Amino acid sequence: MWRRILSILVARNREFYRDRAGLGWNIIMPVVFVFGFALIFSGEPQDMFKVGILSSQQDREQAQSPFMDTKHIDFIMVDDEADAIAKIERHQLDLLMDTGTSSRYWINEHSQKGYLAERLMQAAYVESSQPLPQRQTVTGRALRYVDWVLPGILAMNMMFSCFWGVGWVIVRYRKNGVLRRLQATPLSAFEFLTAQVLSRLAVVLVATIVVYAGADFFLDFIMRGSYLTLFIVYSAGAMCLISMGLIIAARLRTEELADGLLNIFSWPMLLLSGVWFSMEGTSAAAQFLSRLMPLTHLVDAARAVMIDGAGLLQVMPQIMMLGGTGLLLLLIAARLFRWD
Amino acid sequence: MTHLLEAVDLVKTFPGVRAVDGVSFDVARGQCFGLLGPNGAGKTTTMEMLEGISRPISGQVLYQGRALDREYREDIGIQFQSTALQDFQTVQESLVMFTRLYRESADIDELIELCNLDDILHRDTRKLSGGQRQRLLLAIALVNDPKLVFLDEPTTGLDPQARRNFWGLIETVLQRGKTVILTTHYMEEAQRLCDDIVIVDQGRIIARGSPGALVKQHLPAVIARLPAQAWPVDAPLPENSELRNGFIEMFADEEHRLLEQLESSGANLGDLKIESPNLEDLFLKLTGHALRS
Repeated sequence: MWRRILSILVARNREFYRDRAGLGWNIIMPVVFVFGFALIFSGEPQDMFKVGILSSQQDREQAQSPFMDTKHIDFIMVDDEADAIAKIERHQLDLLMDTGTSSRYWINEHSQKGYLAERLMQAAYVESSQPLPQRQTVTGRALRYVDWVLPGILAMNMMFSCFWGVGWVIVRYRKNGVLRRLQATPLSAFEFLTAQVLSRLAVVLVATIVVYAGADFFLDFIMRGSYLTLFIVYSAGAMCLISMGLIIAARLRTEELADGLLNIFSWPMLLLSGVWFSMEGTSAAAQFLSRLMPLTHLVDAARAVMIDGAGLLQVMPQIMMLGGTGLLLLLIAARLFRWD
Repeated sequence: MTHLLEAVDLVKTFPGVRAVDGVSFDVARGQCFGLLGPNGAGKTTTMEMLEGISRPISGQVLYQGRALDREYREDIGIQFQSTALQDFQTVQESLVMFTRLYRESADIDELIELCNLDDILHRDTRKLSGGQRQRLLLAIALVNDPKLVFLDEPTTGLDPQARRNFWGLIETVLQRGKTVILTTHYMEEAQRLCDDIVIVDQGRIIARGSPGALVKQHLPAVIARLPAQAWPVDAPLPENSELRNGFIEMFADEEHRLLEQLESSGANLGDLKIESPNLEDLFLKLTGHALRS
């Protein structure tokens, strides 16, 4: 069985890497996207200071500090200390204050705006003759949009590669008679599909690694988690997306119809999976739809690993969901599959 | 067990069409079996059922006396009418890929020599000529050293030279003891290659036998053709003749009788042609009748 699977897999891989146009498309497109975004969002988007005020829901009213009278500073109430400190680390907040009994503030030593915000705060306290809060420092690089968007772009590229590299190709094989010829051999549908899945899995993972390495070289983006965890996340995601492609291709006979259906599935995912912008704050319906999409879970998990440094256990729910859905869809695709 | 393959009362329908309507025959080991018929007669549908690619609505196909199973695919080789090969592969890579799909394989080097693929081994399969392509497809049909080979219109679209070369190839395959089931539009091809033929029309078998026996059974031994204007104007046409396309065709079982008859008719014999009828005449006669009835 494995000999047959390997034989088809080798042929498919050969077809892929000898097709220069397709190969270029798979590697170049995501790089262009990443650079495009790096260019567009290279400037600092906001020029006002953002200061977090740590306070629980109840004592929000009482939160007080002479600093808070300062104009042109955006004071934001936050209640999760760990989350707020993480934002200081990523330069999403310039300064964080705890105005409770133990008066403290946090600052990122690498942040220029943090430095200025600290000077303003100190001035406010000196002016009102109040004792300065205790200084706490953290370090960390600024989270740029490109750091945030890259996990999504890798996932998006993976989706296109999985959908068209499997779905469209199988429909083309069916139309031009390649499948019919293979049907007349001892090759089974399951073996054929397994070969397609493994071939595309190898292709997308290698392509993703190449794009990742290239983007890292030029953009030096944030990666806080482990490479192995990230690899497992993307593997599970690719598995799920490939199986979706297989289901779409299980019976279709024309490339045009396949193309249309693949577009119908891919574009909503592209818009609603949080690849480009966070789904936080969007309508309930959009968020509900978003949760149904495998790409959402892949992007979430990849971001958790890269930006928050989440471990394998923390992204296990997403990995299980993606892997499980992938396996289920693969079995359904094998049952639905038609050679002609 | 003398029959390698047996079709028993095969029926296949598509919406609105009874494509194959109760077809039964058997194929002896080592022979070349021809499946002939006009376009749309049900040849390819019948072939697909024999190949195990589609299932009959009723009836069954027996291989060595048993119903078809997965093992059957290890034993057969198929050259389809139209097949695309995976893109971006060379001739050699395609052969190796197919070889690996089977438990047993033929000697690849020998196959390359047999099908004359030496010069094109490293060529992309998309860049082959019609003849080269058919030779590769035949080689692929033989990679598992099959006992039974299906050739579905293998020479359609080839030029006369390539077609004759291909016939030579099929004859070599037959000499190696393989059983071949062939469909073709070329009666000359069937006459040269086939030991046994069935002619199907509208989903049914209308004739069965060896090409020679069938011709003998259905047609006179000789046909004389002469232009209609060569016949004396006032003389009636004899009973053993037909007017077709401006020609008078006269039939007889013995050539000298026909000649005597012609000499005494007073016709101008300057453009006379005397021929032995062949499979093509038979085919036209039988399928023509079938269409009229």
